[in-house]
Amino acid sequence: MKTTFTKTALLCMTAAGFVSLASGANAAAHSVSACLITKTDINPFFVKMKEGAEAKAEELGITLNSYAGKIDGDVETQIAAVETCIAAGAKGILITPSDGAALMPIITQAREAGALVIALDTPFEPATVADATFATDNFKAGVLIGEWAAAKMGDTSNAKIAMLDLNPSEVSVDYLRNNGFLQGFGVDIKDPTDIGDEDDARIVGNDVTNGNEEGGRTAMENLMQMDSGINVVYTINEPAAAGAYEALKSFGMEDQALIVSVDGGCPGVQNVKEGVIGATSMQFPLLMASMGIEAIAAFAADGTKPQNTEGLDFFNTGVELVTDEPVEGIPSITSDEALEKCWG
Amino acid sequence: MTQPIIKARGLVKRYGRVTALNQADFDLMPGEILAVIGDNGAGKSSLIKAISGAVQIDEGSIELDGKPINFRTPLDARNAGIETVYQTLALSPALSIVDNMFVGREIRKQGIMGKYFKMLDNKEMARIAREKLNDLGLMTIQNINQAVETLSGGQRQGISVARAAAFGSKVIILDEPTAALGVKESRKVLELIQEVRSRGIPIVLISHNMPHVFEVADRIHVHRLGSRLCVIDPKDHSMSDAVAYMTGAKVPDQVEMA
Amino acid sequence: MTDTTQTPKKGQDFESALDKSDKNVAAFERKSKGMVDGLQHLLHLNPTLVPVMVLVASVLIFSLPMVTDGKFMTMFNLSLVMQQVSIIGILAAAQSLIILTAGIDLSVGALMIFSAVVMGLLGVNLGVPTFISLIAGFVVAIGGGLMNGLFVTRVKLPPFIVTLGTWYIFLSILRLLTGSQSIRSQDIDAEAAALKIFGSYISIGSARITFGVILMIVVFAVLWYFLNKTAWGRHVYAIGDDKEAAELAGIKTDRTLLTVYMAAGAVVGVAAWASIGRVGSISPNAFAEANLQSITAVVIGGISLFGGRGSILGPLFGALIVGIFESGLRLAGLDVQWQVFAIGWLIILAVAIDQWIRKVSA
Ligand SMILES: Nc1ncnc2c1ncn2[C@@H]1O[C@H](COP(=O)(O)OP(=O)(O)OP(=O)(O)O)[C@@H](O)[C@H]1O
Ligand SMILES: [Mg+2]
Repeated sequence: MKTTFTKTALLCMTAAGFVSLASGANAAAHSVSACLITKTDINPFFVKMKEGAEAKAEELGITLNSYAGKIDGDVETQIAAVETCIAAGAKGILITPSDGAALMPIITQAREAGALVIALDTPFEPATVADATFATDNFKAGVLIGEWAAAKMGDTSNAKIAMLDLNPSEVSVDYLRNNGFLQGFGVDIKDPTDIGDEDDARIVGNDVTNGNEEGGRTAMENLMQMDSGINVVYTINEPAAAGAYEALKSFGMEDQALIVSVDGGCPGVQNVKEGVIGATSMQFPLLMASMGIEAIAAFAADGTKPQNTEGLDFFNTGVELVTDEPVEGIPSITSDEALEKCWG
Repeated sequence: MTQPIIKARGLVKRYGRVTALNQADFDLMPGEILAVIGDNGAGKSSLIKAISGAVQIDEGSIELDGKPINFRTPLDARNAGIETVYQTLALSPALSIVDNMFVGREIRKQGIMGKYFKMLDNKEMARIAREKLNDLGLMTIQNINQAVETLSGGQRQGISVARAAAFGSKVIILDEPTAALGVKESRKVLELIQEVRSRGIPIVLISHNMPHVFEVADRIHVHRLGSRLCVIDPKDHSMSDAVAYMTGAKVPDQVEMA
Repeated sequence: MTDTTQTPKKGQDFESALDKSDKNVAAFERKSKGMVDGLQHLLHLNPTLVPVMVLVASVLIFSLPMVTDGKFMTMFNLSLVMQQVSIIGILAAAQSLIILTAGIDLSVGALMIFSAVVMGLLGVNLGVPTFISLIAGFVVAIGGGLMNGLFVTRVKLPPFIVTLGTWYIFLSILRLLTGSQSIRSQDIDAEAAALKIFGSYISIGSARITFGVILMIVVFAVLWYFLNKTAWGRHVYAIGDDKEAAELAGIKTDRTLLTVYMAAGAVVGVAAWASIGRVGSISPNAFAEANLQSITAVVIGGISLFGGRGSILGPLFGALIVGIFESGLRLAGLDVQWQVFAIGWLIILAVAIDQWIRKVSA
């Protein structure tokens, strides 16, 4: 699997310059056209998203133009992409907003121009800026791993919980997963949009990881300094979980703690298989995009707009618990099954 | 007739649209003190920079001891025995006096440390530096390891002159070496110039100080508008003549024309 | 110039007074103007004193029981801080080399990850012998440094622009190479465990000294030697101080600069290797702010951003100060934002002190 990455990467390198040209040139004037604008085109999550969109567009005969920011947070490129889509008369725009607030004016403009705008993965704030949001229920993703960890422990009164979050800005995915986990675990979460406002003594502390291994390791070391008895570790994503595991291992305590995470990337699932991560909640970028394209097709046909999932302000594209140690009452799939579905 | 030690012909140097050197000639005879005078902007510094490899000429030829030379860097000139005190002094403010004197020609320790680990012999360099500065009478400096930036402008000039005098083996070029010096220090530099000459090393001295020029120079090269106007003998001309030539107030006789 | 003509006679009569002048050499020593002036002078001579004082003071403050409840001042925690700063510390050593020449290197972090990724892709994913993948990683690091150096010396572009460009270039290549996907710790253990050698440690009491920490100290020691005991070091300082003067004084400035950039690249390669041991895995997304963090350590360590001034040991203390602050403030129970806040003030303070010290010469 790794070697395929390298090969693809090398191919990409040689072809990098042509990809964007090619996708632009495919645009035909008459058929229904749609746009996909991701945060970057190098993150496997978005690569998978693009695959899903392209496959579905092909199937439905929709012309798809794909754009991406250069890095996460590169909102200027996204704005320019939306402008291009408006100018091209796109019937629908699928976008993972890098910065919802900065994109709001241009998105409003796109909708006024008659395009259906669907936020993928990351909602706008408020979500109603877009016609619809197709996303992972991050709170639910957190709840699943929280419940799993609690069930796994049995008696949670002696739990010592480390919370490894994303970054200091407390963005929505960060607080949703964090609070979801705590609620699933059975902690009173107070404000569900605030990280660290809980006063449950079982929580040792929160620290940020920037969602990568280095940050995960450092944050875990820091929390171990506060209390070396930590036995439950929540992590924002699987790279952070891998880092936390390294820290625990260096302390010789990798067996003392349960690590849970969210994402469903292939290396993360592999880590579940190898016992590094106890359980992870898998999300489905491919599905988000293909359902988005279907919605655009429906809108183009008869003007129907997608409906939100009951009780949520977005359309839930699903989340599944991945673990090789299933517990009673929480549906889950094994790591082997998950390796078939993982992204990246 | 003796051969000039440095002989330059038809030097041209342009800085964009400014022509700093316009078909300039130059001759330095063995063992002489040659003064170069000229108005501000006449191209004196450009001339000596061309000779010392600090700038690359656009046209012309330079010979050292009859052999054509083409210095790409000041280091090339230095390796050929030509030491220059630039108008800007070329000192590194944060480095110490010793470091500045030995920059680019540092002395390494004897033995393994020096050979394989390239370790510097600071003691030896300090000793030599102290000696050279003493010779110059510039030991008004307390600590030879103090940074050059903590010295006065005149003291810095002294260091720069001492550096050139200490290491020049063939030619020493001084671009306004006394401009910032006090009366006493200027005198020291003039004495040093004569001392260096007595060692048989020729000197090029750029100066705006006519009394100094007329006191020490054997010949005076008058530079005007980017080229050599004439060379005069200080014994046959007055200071006012020299000034008149270099400002264009008076045209030198045909005989003296270069 | 015409005023000189008003002295028509040869010789300088006014100089005859010199014979009677004081034969004592003039003393240019400053008379001390009190404590503040004395301190300014002391710091000018020993720019590393400031970071050392800040380091000692911060350790003392965070050791107070009422601040961190005794959790800070343990051998274990102090050794942990060393581990946590080791990578940024080594990068700061590379950064110092560049900053001493009055440059700046925005590409160090990206180049480090690029190098680590090459080590990992070859050694782990492609099964190339570890030794060869390490060499390849170092070739990438030194080559990256060379590339920066060539643009700076041959094309005469400002280092800021060059390294801004190569930062993006290195980042994009490494993301394309990896698809932004990490190389897992377990895969490294199985295929090329030697890549993680710097994560191993020796225990002294409760302190835990990783090879990475030792490596960081060795890197600083070696660079200290070269910068202070060899002609090359003098030239680096001279170039940073005033490149034109250095050139006129007979230094091959461009060649020296090129060696500086390559040396920095080599140090980045060392950091890349060490980072694999430190992090465990190889992540294309880690150390995203390493370039700024390394500059922070250099600045707090008292090396002047204008070049030519400061000791290479300063950034070691600078990196440690940042680590101590982060650890101390965290153990004091403060929000992460306060760490960021404190580091910001430290940077401003450090540069203000640098400016103040430089006024000594004025
Ligand atoms: N680096 C440079 N770039 C552009 N023009 C220059 C440069 N150096 C010198 N010049 C120009 O070349 C001309 C000659 O300058 P130069 O420094 O040789 O004069 P100078 O005779 O030494 O004058 P001074 O007595 O003031 O030292 C001047 O017009 C100057 O403006
Ligand atoms: Mg001049």
